[in-house]
Amino acid sequence: MDTIFFLVLRRMRTPLLTLIVVYAIAMAGLALIPAQDAEGHPTAMSLFHAFYFVSYMSTTIGFGELPNAFTDAQRIWVALSVFSTVAVWIYAIGNLITLLQDSTLQRAIAERRFRTRVRRLADPFYLVCGYGQTGSALVRGLMDRHIQSVVIDVDPERINLLQLDNQREYVPSLCADARSPHALEAAGLKHPLCRGVVALTNVNEANLKIAIAAKLLHPEVKVICRADSHEIEANMASFGTDHIYDPFDAFAAYIAFSIQSPCQTLLIDWLSGRGGEELNEPRYPPRHGRWVICGYGRFGKAMYKHLKAQGFALSVIEAEPHKTGIPTEGVVHGRGTEAVTLEQAEIRQAVGLVAGTDQDADNLSIIMTALTLNPDLFVIARENHIQNQELFDRVGAQSIMNPSTIIAHRIRMRLITPLLSDLSRLARLRRDEAWASQLISRIIALVEGRKPYVWEVTIDATQAPAILEAERRRQAITLETLLRDPLERERLLPAIPLLLIQGQEQRPLPALDVPIGLGDRLLFCGREEARRRMDWVLCNIHALRYVTDGASPREGPVWRQLADWLGRLRDEKITTTKRME
Amino acid sequence: MNPEKVVFGFFIVLALTLNFGFFVGEIDNPNHHHAWELFFVVIVNMIATVLKFGDRTQMGAVLLATSLVAMLQLLAASLIWTIAVHTTETGMTPSVMASIVSLSGGAMIANVVSVVLLVIETVLLRR
Repeated sequence: MDTIFFLVLRRMRTPLLTLIVVYAIAMAGLALIPAQDAEGHPTAMSLFHAFYFVSYMSTTIGFGELPNAFTDAQRIWVALSVFSTVAVWIYAIGNLITLLQDSTLQRAIAERRFRTRVRRLADPFYLVCGYGQTGSALVRGLMDRHIQSVVIDVDPERINLLQLDNQREYVPSLCADARSPHALEAAGLKHPLCRGVVALTNVNEANLKIAIAAKLLHPEVKVICRADSHEIEANMASFGTDHIYDPFDAFAAYIAFSIQSPCQTLLIDWLSGRGGEELNEPRYPPRHGRWVICGYGRFGKAMYKHLKAQGFALSVIEAEPHKTGIPTEGVVHGRGTEAVTLEQAEIRQAVGLVAGTDQDADNLSIIMTALTLNPDLFVIARENHIQNQELFDRVGAQSIMNPSTIIAHRIRMRLITPLLSDLSRLARLRRDEAWASQLISRIIALVEGRKPYVWEVTIDATQAPAILEAERRRQAITLETLLRDPLERERLLPAIPLLLIQGQEQRPLPALDVPIGLGDRLLFCGREEARRRMDWVLCNIHALRYVTDGASPREGPVWRQLADWLGRLRDEKITTTKRME
Repeated sequence: MNPEKVVFGFFIVLALTLNFGFFVGEIDNPNHHHAWELFFVVIVNMIATVLKFGDRTQMGAVLLATSLVAMLQLLAASLIWTIAVHTTETGMTPSVMASIVSLSGGAMIANVVSVVLLVIETVLLRR
């Protein structure tokens, strides 16, 4: 900003100098030329009056000839100086206005404002680099949970879009290249409350550079990156990037997992969705048979790898196999949009189709052609642009892969409910379908056709002060206590404890009689109002006392002392009566 | 020779000399201090101030500061003059003249500092 200030001053130098000189000449002339007063006596115009006259002459306000009517000599001088002073005045003002509209100055002012806003942030925040489809979905997801984010994007249009979007909370945003450490620092990378940096730009190298800058400038910060290629992914992992998401690989792994265990997939889907959406039906991808993969690019390769690992027979269709490489099965040459190529790839005998080219029109055409040839196909579609959502919804694909949504989904889950990621990992390790389907039926009974709301509770001074207080009084708190309704303790809240972390131990679906202590972390799912009621129990000692033993005693500090004193009196009375007996 | 430096030095020194010219004489005698002289002191000082705009060095900052001080004092002096002559019944009195001249004296000290700084800078440059 200082630079800009000096720049403005420097650029204002010539206009100001001309203004001063021209004013001085006009004033001097007026004051030197003999004037007349009202009666016609010769007099001189004072410098003050000359200044007064020139100021309203040059700004073309023109009040008339003051203080007296001018002589002809004065009028000649004024006629000359009108042109020069007016021109110079317009020149100076015009110059100043141009300077204010200067894009460099505007950007500097915007950056300065952004810096101050970021510096004043009082809540933990995440720095999101790249406000494309993924970034905007992530910022919205974070805002749903009242988590602050700060956005950098290189495209001014996207930043305008963010400012136009009617956001519930204020999101500081800056139009800058996130590759420059200066911009990252302005966005609060070194801010003590910066929890994490999320690099979501569509340029791999930019993401890499952001990750490096974040790790060097603020090593404690969590770094989450999107990477579209394996080399970049390995590179990022090599210097300790915390989480790297490759949308294609993530989706392929997800499909492979859903082939093995559809129930668990459904469970994780429900839990990681946004609470309140309608529940979706489970999908059962075919377990045996031939899959046809159209497009052997990044997505096609990921699907090929994961489906191959499941032991499926595969045929691959690719228009430019010399560029993408050829799998061991060989490749059918073509785009897959024509019936001939699809038939060459034995579409009539296949059970599944992956439409995975990077052109949405091609993918839609492939699906429509393939479904006329074989209506029983299980179709996986790659959706490259979110605008085409409606078309993909209608084309009849069972599973739609949109890279941005997948990444946003995963990162949101990782940032808001990290325990859910732990749970899904545990579930994946167990591979226990019965366990999952049992849990699914419990959730269905609980939430009435809507996706459950998932939340985390950490037993500490900020989230659960009442529990701390109870622990100080050596009152035992169990999980069941937390799940009781503070309005009516006989009733249980509509929530299911999913995971309990005590120290190193992870307990999925903990029993209700488990004691809860300081530092425990819990993951719940259920209806949203259950969370509000539970917060009440966690924060309010009266509510906690009521749900533990049904009593609602006097709990204010004065009342507590009074109760102690009364109790002591009663004890004394009892002992004296006993002694008397 | 840098023509910009010539102009710069010229105006700074001219500001001081004109200022001195206005300042000398009996402090409360209006005949010793002329309005036109004050007018030119103000104009030249203004030009000197604007010339100092936009210099990012430490020396530039101090030079600008001294000029701003001089401007402040001179504008105050001309304001007092205008008010005394045009708005009061008594017009110019020796006591008003004394305060105008003392204000311009203050401005002169600021201008002296300016010139001294300019000389120091030049000497440092030569070395």
